Amino acid sequence: MSAPVYEPYLRKPKTFYEQYERKSGDPTVTHYCPGCGHGELHKMIAEAIEDLEIADRTVFISPVGCSVFAYYYFDTGNVQAAHGRAPAVGTGVQRARPHSIVISYQGDGDLAAIGLNEILQAANRGEHMAVFFVNNAIYGMTGGQMAPTTLPGMHTTTSPGGRDPRKAGNPLRLCELISQLDAPVYVARGALSGPKHILRTRKLVRKALQAQVERRGFTFVEVLSACPTGWGMNPPDAHKWILEKMAEFFPLEVFVDKTDSEPEPFEIPEEPPAEKLHELLRISTAGQVTFSPSQPVEPKYANPRIKVAGFGGQGVLLLGLGLAQCGMMEGRKVSWLPSYGPEMRGGTAHCHVNVSDHEIGSPLISRPTVVVAMNQPSLEKFEPQLVEGGLLIVNTSMVPKEPSRSDLDVLKIPASDMAKELGNPRAANMIILGAYAAYTGMIGKETALASLNTLIKRKHLVDLNRKAIELGWEFGTKARG
Amino acid sequence: MAEQIYQPIPPDDPRYEGKTPLLVKGNEAIVKGAILAGCRCFFGYPITPASEIAETAARDFPAVGGTFLQAESETASINMLYGAAAAGVRAMTASSGPGISLMQEGLSYLAGAELPCVIADIMRGGPGLGNIAPEQGDYNQVVKIGGHGNYRNPVYAPSSGQEMCDLTMRAFETAFEYRTPVFVIADGFTGQMMEPVVFPDPLPKPPEPDWACRADAETRENLISSIFLEPDDLEEHNRKLQEKYRRIEENEALYQVFHVDDAKIVAVAFGIVSRVVRSAVELAREKGIPVGLVRPVTLWPFPKKTLEALAKQAERFVVFELSNGQMLEDVRLAIHDSRPVDFHGRMGGNVPSTEECLDVIERVAREGGVL
Repeated sequence: MSAPVYEPYLRKPKTFYEQYERKSGDPTVTHYCPGCGHGELHKMIAEAIEDLEIADRTVFISPVGCSVFAYYYFDTGNVQAAHGRAPAVGTGVQRARPHSIVISYQGDGDLAAIGLNEILQAANRGEHMAVFFVNNAIYGMTGGQMAPTTLPGMHTTTSPGGRDPRKAGNPLRLCELISQLDAPVYVARGALSGPKHILRTRKLVRKALQAQVERRGFTFVEVLSACPTGWGMNPPDAHKWILEKMAEFFPLEVFVDKTDSEPEPFEIPEEPPAEKLHELLRISTAGQVTFSPSQPVEPKYANPRIKVAGFGGQGVLLLGLGLAQCGMMEGRKVSWLPSYGPEMRGGTAHCHVNVSDHEIGSPLISRPTVVVAMNQPSLEKFEPQLVEGGLLIVNTSMVPKEPSRSDLDVLKIPASDMAKELGNPRAANMIILGAYAAYTGMIGKETALASLNTLIKRKHLVDLNRKAIELGWEFGTKARG
Repeated sequence: MAEQIYQPIPPDDPRYEGKTPLLVKGNEAIVKGAILAGCRCFFGYPITPASEIAETAARDFPAVGGTFLQAESETASINMLYGAAAAGVRAMTASSGPGISLMQEGLSYLAGAELPCVIADIMRGGPGLGNIAPEQGDYNQVVKIGGHGNYRNPVYAPSSGQEMCDLTMRAFETAFEYRTPVFVIADGFTGQMMEPVVFPDPLPKPPEPDWACRADAETRENLISSIFLEPDDLEEHNRKLQEKYRRIEENEALYQVFHVDDAKIVAVAFGIVSRVVRSAVELAREKGIPVGLVRPVTLWPFPKKTLEALAKQAERFVVFELSNGQMLEDVRLAIHDSRPVDFHGRMGGNVPSTEECLDVIERVAREGGVL
């Protein structure tokens, strides 16, 4: 009878690689210093991943700091992040692959200083990720500088006289901060010193990961961890110091635990079929009507460069859009540019519209061939820009003054008054669209009417605008003579 | 392959068949194009004049089963993008100058970790808070790169609504072909302007990348990282990157030319300015001035061979930009300063008129004795 083979009691978790492949060093041990807490915490996480059977779908985000090389050890997907940004990177991974289990592993400089915004915002959104926060009160990798968690009076290389809270502030208590938010489902602090605390911390780690498997939301476990090298202590003293000094400032508590309540439903959206995309993006053009270009157009009205101007609220931009929409529906090249940036100064809204049989070069119009002046300031501003013999359309309801130039082709139309009679003064813009179409022959009547289906979002207003276009058309036809 | 002439819609492209144009804003066209190219994650922070991109994305991405997330800052946006790209999905963000400045840290990490993604920059006036009017002053920080380290990123510079869609789609293809972040860079006008856009069929669903961390058994071994502690390793990584950039320079440069065949003066402009200058070139030609236009469609890689070749026939160059002359340096480098290069730049949100550009061309012709 052969002797029974026992599994070693303290075996290595399977989530750790067999060998830790790296350039130098013994591949059977970690790169961490003796007495450092990282190895202990790594092991707790690795065991939990193994027991929960989630290694395949786990993505481990390594921070900047001593644990930057966490990927030497964890046989999971591994992503290395910039200093402080792991919660944002984790958010990206999780949103991109909703089935994933995301672990963000961060130190105190990383999480509580440079990355404080990222961690608070990810916590506040309730991102589905487990964050393990290693608090050793110091910047370890860079050689022992002051961290946001450095205790008052503690000597570091950047607080050589001891941290002075009057100048450097008091240590940040992250669990306490995060537990003020509504979304986190689990917030707890443990310590990696002494068997009692190590066993307790192991449970906290498991709970944080278990909650990820159950799709509960954001979980946060802070561990007080020794940095004997950075603190200049031997490991036993360092562990004593954690429990005597650090734990006094950072109480070892469970701050939030909602892991017994019913989790919010977690749905992974379905990808629609490709042939549905145009419809879902509202860019399907199936059934869209097109017209042949309105003919004939007198040369002086062809390829117009139009400026439409007036007060905000007069529908100036929509009128411009209507001119462009009609041109496009008749197969012409068009562009529409709203007044924008410094041009907005001066109290008038305006837009530039090009309609052309040729490719449109500049969408900006400095010398328009058509100006629509919906109010007095627009007339004053844009009349001088018109090309010689250009078309000036004046809304005489709002413009008492006569145009000053005598070379222009002027179409005077009391559009606002006509619109008032129709029942809505805001329809003045479509009256002008109809008048322009009939007067110049640039747009067919059917085109103008059909454009309303696209232009007017509120369907109950289509009828009114239809009447406005017809009224304008009648006016424009008469004026043309 | 060499530098190529860009054709907005190749006449034989069946993806556009049977579709009619829609009048949409350039910023919206970017979002629709991205989704048609398979992008399913958008992370962004509002900023004028790029906000319509986030607003359109907020509607469109959830509608197709994708993710829209408003980040707490551009720093967070770019790192969320890093995470989604590391997970192997097509993802993007959009911003304007001040936000792009904040993203520079993440851009360097993206390049170092070789993560494909698309960043749209709708440029505004700077420096500092500047204003919200159109400028091209992000050229240096985007094209010459603004983060730390030895990297480059391809940059597409659309000048019309159609190109906002098409070049965004192309940006995703380039990003995944070379595993690199890719920029789509336009000014406030191109973002705010509405033009007819024909939206093509969606690109075929791309295969899942084998290098990513897709959170599955198949990719469990993968590591996304930009850290190489040993000098030799980091140098080797950098050499690999440079080799990739060389291939991009060789294959991906795009440009357009107008009237350059007999041009004695060559104007160079990109984005919205190239359209204004094109109108000016047409008018100058009517006046008998032998001027042509080169419009770089990719700003990196820069169509330097095309310009170098034109330097043999042209007597003068003139560069038009909405900046203090940031592309100007690339033009001078491309032609090895073998010809005088004039410059006309507007800043602060002022865009030159066609007549203004024509005046410049006439002056250059006069002073150069080309008339």
